[in-house]
Amino acid sequence: MNLESWLPALIVSSSLLPGLLIFLLREEKHRLRTILNLFGAVTKLVLVGMMIWGVFHERVFETRWTLAPGLDLVLHADELSVLFVTLSTVLWLVTTVYAIGYLENAPHRSRFFGFFSLCVTATVGLALAGNLFTFVIFYEILTLATYPLVAHKGTPEAVRGARIYLTYTLAGGMLLLIGAIWLRTLAGPLDFAQGGILSDIEGLDTTTLSWVFLLLISGLGVKAALVPLHGWLPQAMVAPAPVSALLHAVAVVKAGAFGIVRVVYDVYGVEFADSLDLLAPLAVAAAITIIYGSVRALTQDHLKKRLAYSTVSQVSYIALGVAIVGPIATVGGLVHLVHQGVMKITLFFAAGNYAETLGIHKVSEMNGVGRRMPGTTLAFTIGALGMIGIPPVAGFISKWYIGLGAVEAGAAEWVMPVLVASSLLNAAYFLPILYRAWFCKASDEWPAAAPRNGGLETDALLLWPPVATAALAIAAGLFAAAPYSPLEWAELIAEREYRQ
Amino acid sequence: MLTTLSTLLATGLLLWQVAHQGRQIHALGGWDPGLGIALRADPLAAALLLMSSLVALAAGWYATGYFTDDARQSRFWPIWLSLITALHALFLSADLFNLYVTLELLGLSAVALAALGAGRAAIEASLRYLTVGLLGSMAFLAGVALIYIRYGTLDMLSLSQLIHPGPATWLALGLMSAGLMLKSALFPLHFWLPPAHANAPAPVSAALSALVVKAAVYLMMRLWLDLFQPTISPAASWLLGLLGATAVLWGSWSALRAQRLKLLAAYSTVAQLGYLFIFFPLLMALPAGQPRDAAFGALVLMALTHAFAKSALFLAAGTIQQHAGHDRIADLGGTARALPVTTFTLALAGAALIGLPPSGAFLAKWQLLSTAIGLGQWIWVPAVAIGSLLAAAYIFRLLGYTFGTRDRDALALVDGYESLPALLLAIIATAVLGLGAALVWQFVAPGALVTEAPL
Repeated sequence: MNLESWLPALIVSSSLLPGLLIFLLREEKHRLRTILNLFGAVTKLVLVGMMIWGVFHERVFETRWTLAPGLDLVLHADELSVLFVTLSTVLWLVTTVYAIGYLENAPHRSRFFGFFSLCVTATVGLALAGNLFTFVIFYEILTLATYPLVAHKGTPEAVRGARIYLTYTLAGGMLLLIGAIWLRTLAGPLDFAQGGILSDIEGLDTTTLSWVFLLLISGLGVKAALVPLHGWLPQAMVAPAPVSALLHAVAVVKAGAFGIVRVVYDVYGVEFADSLDLLAPLAVAAAITIIYGSVRALTQDHLKKRLAYSTVSQVSYIALGVAIVGPIATVGGLVHLVHQGVMKITLFFAAGNYAETLGIHKVSEMNGVGRRMPGTTLAFTIGALGMIGIPPVAGFISKWYIGLGAVEAGAAEWVMPVLVASSLLNAAYFLPILYRAWFCKASDEWPAAAPRNGGLETDALLLWPPVATAALAIAAGLFAAAPYSPLEWAELIAEREYRQ
Repeated sequence: MLTTLSTLLATGLLLWQVAHQGRQIHALGGWDPGLGIALRADPLAAALLLMSSLVALAAGWYATGYFTDDARQSRFWPIWLSLITALHALFLSADLFNLYVTLELLGLSAVALAALGAGRAAIEASLRYLTVGLLGSMAFLAGVALIYIRYGTLDMLSLSQLIHPGPATWLALGLMSAGLMLKSALFPLHFWLPPAHANAPAPVSAALSALVVKAAVYLMMRLWLDLFQPTISPAASWLLGLLGATAVLWGSWSALRAQRLKLLAAYSTVAQLGYLFIFFPLLMALPAGQPRDAAFGALVLMALTHAFAKSALFLAAGTIQQHAGHDRIADLGGTARALPVTTFTLALAGAALIGLPPSGAFLAKWQLLSTAIGLGQWIWVPAVAIGSLLAAAYIFRLLGYTFGTRDRDALALVDGYESLPALLLAIIATAVLGLGAALVWQFVAPGALVTEAPL
């Protein structure tokens, strides 16, 4: 038993096993469940730390298990998967803490945490997937694991939101499946490789490849919420706050975006895809999504819905960065995968705190909330400023690199207006919230204030996670040039992608 | 129970033998083929035997707690065991006449078991089932007789050396296939299946849906892919495939509209059998070799997964029916709270029926689509895709209702040990067959039903 061939499997099972055990627990076993959750999350973090170190030193981690003739389940660690695995592991730990506080007295906690762990397992699995077949498997499992989480409250609204979510994602999964199988029959096992695998194979029909690309990207685009496939995302915000946070920051939406990165870079290869004229349409779709999501966010009074449309818009920065050919734009897109996750999870945590502590669900109810809940509101402010792209918060770095990349690739004349317009729109829907929270006078009574307990503005388990992620968002911006920062790592990936 | 366990043991032994020594042939009582009753076991038969032993064990375990009155209990067991005997004999038979005898025996025991369901609907359904079964066996027997007249032997191994195209052969194949299509409920001959399977007692429905129809499919595989393969034109297999595709769509659609859980499960069987028939034109188009082995393994895997998933679904449905007193889907709210294990079983079995990973059906469908695309037979791709989405729709519609709340929400937790067999079956279908699928391929593929010379 050598570590290289077991580490990926261990990382996946470090959340799978606790998850399965949690299903078996009785509802009252609060302490044991918490221990299992945290044990899984911390173990995973340690294992991922080992993997980061190993990959940086060019060691190869791979677990392979044959499922059918010619079809292997491959878990493989490369730079890109490490980026995504680290993001999900860190944010999982934070979200678990938050969820423990959030669901303190809610029913069905065993069911919730069980599926929660499965959801992270699927995310990590698809981050580590070493070929398209494995990716599809975890992509589908992710759909299954999140469905009960979205429907968790059991209200008719939640059931309806979950059904819409399921309809979109299963149909998308089917497209992805057909695309993957088609490509498999054309081009063999499809193990991901930097620089792509298709350009080396002779005699492939370019029209066919374009159709396959369309199938794959539309399948992935459903989860990545590319317009017009985004319809489920605003509906799915009926989920409990920790689920929304995870859904928007790491799990579902990012899975789609990550898949697009994989298909463009490691299956088609960015230059080969460009030579087939496939990237320009993708860039246009991403640009449309960025603008459309921001415009829709402007008019939402429901706080979580506004954040959901903001996700629609922000996630497409990743696709945009990927679709602009050139290493700098690549860096921008990849680093945004991390930055958007950290910032968006902060915003959703904060939104959850407002709802839990004061019963605030709408933007119009937020007057003066900054004085009542300064810590939460500070975190929210940092997240919002980052989304707009104000330095030194991390979001600035992503936009800077995407913009630079566009200049380098000669696409500045249309990418720049998109970036500027989007930033203005972001400001237009976030700044009023901040203004209300800090400067407007509070109304006499909050919609449904919970009794204050202790000196803190809300439960400690709810307060510290957003503060921590907000601090991360600033750190990722301030120390972007430090070793092992997301930016450095993204540059490493870009360097190895374009080395060929 | 003891009998079923020992059968399982014997099967395990046989499986091991087949795996290590290849095909086994045994002439019962020492008579030579032609006169005596010959049994043979090749990998396909052994795999199906193992499947039916496991399913029968679980269903039998479940049945010990299912029947409440002694009269029905005492009538159930003898017929149950004769059903299993017939089934196993059928998988092992080496000549066509024995196949007919076992098929008839199987059909009659199945009808008798189905009639154990209480009420007028069950009796009516089993009478129709009886008529259909007899008609099917009749047609099969006529085909067998024709073969005997034409070739003078019914032993499949010697026959495979002699067989050649000709009107008599085609007529015989046509008659036998018609009988088997009726028995395997291939669209449009499926009309008898939903009422019969939906009204039988739960352990019986499980065996009927998971195993008995598979026997007819198994015979179709033997005839089309093995014995008669050299004589069959691709067009005929396309007909089977088209009927299969229609069955997938129609069965799934009907399952989506079903108002009762057991009816849903029965229509889903119609659909799932359709997938098996889609494999026929693909296998006929492939020359012997690695791709054909892969596709053939997928066919077997699909059949196995369905057997475990569907029996799990029916047993779970039985548990729900006993606790709720009905199985109307729209009134199942609160089930998830009262019967969490059973609901979990429904979800697992459902995932296998839809063909989601990590179930065996996912791999089988992957292989099916991959073969279809590779051969350029694109027509099957939308059928499978739409069928799977419809399956997702009917499964999640069901799960949606079970998770719903009900007015009087004071349902206590009532799940007991009786829900274990179904759970185990569902786990086999989703996890074991999925992760261990490579073994199925390894085991079945090398002997992928290419006509072999007699040993």
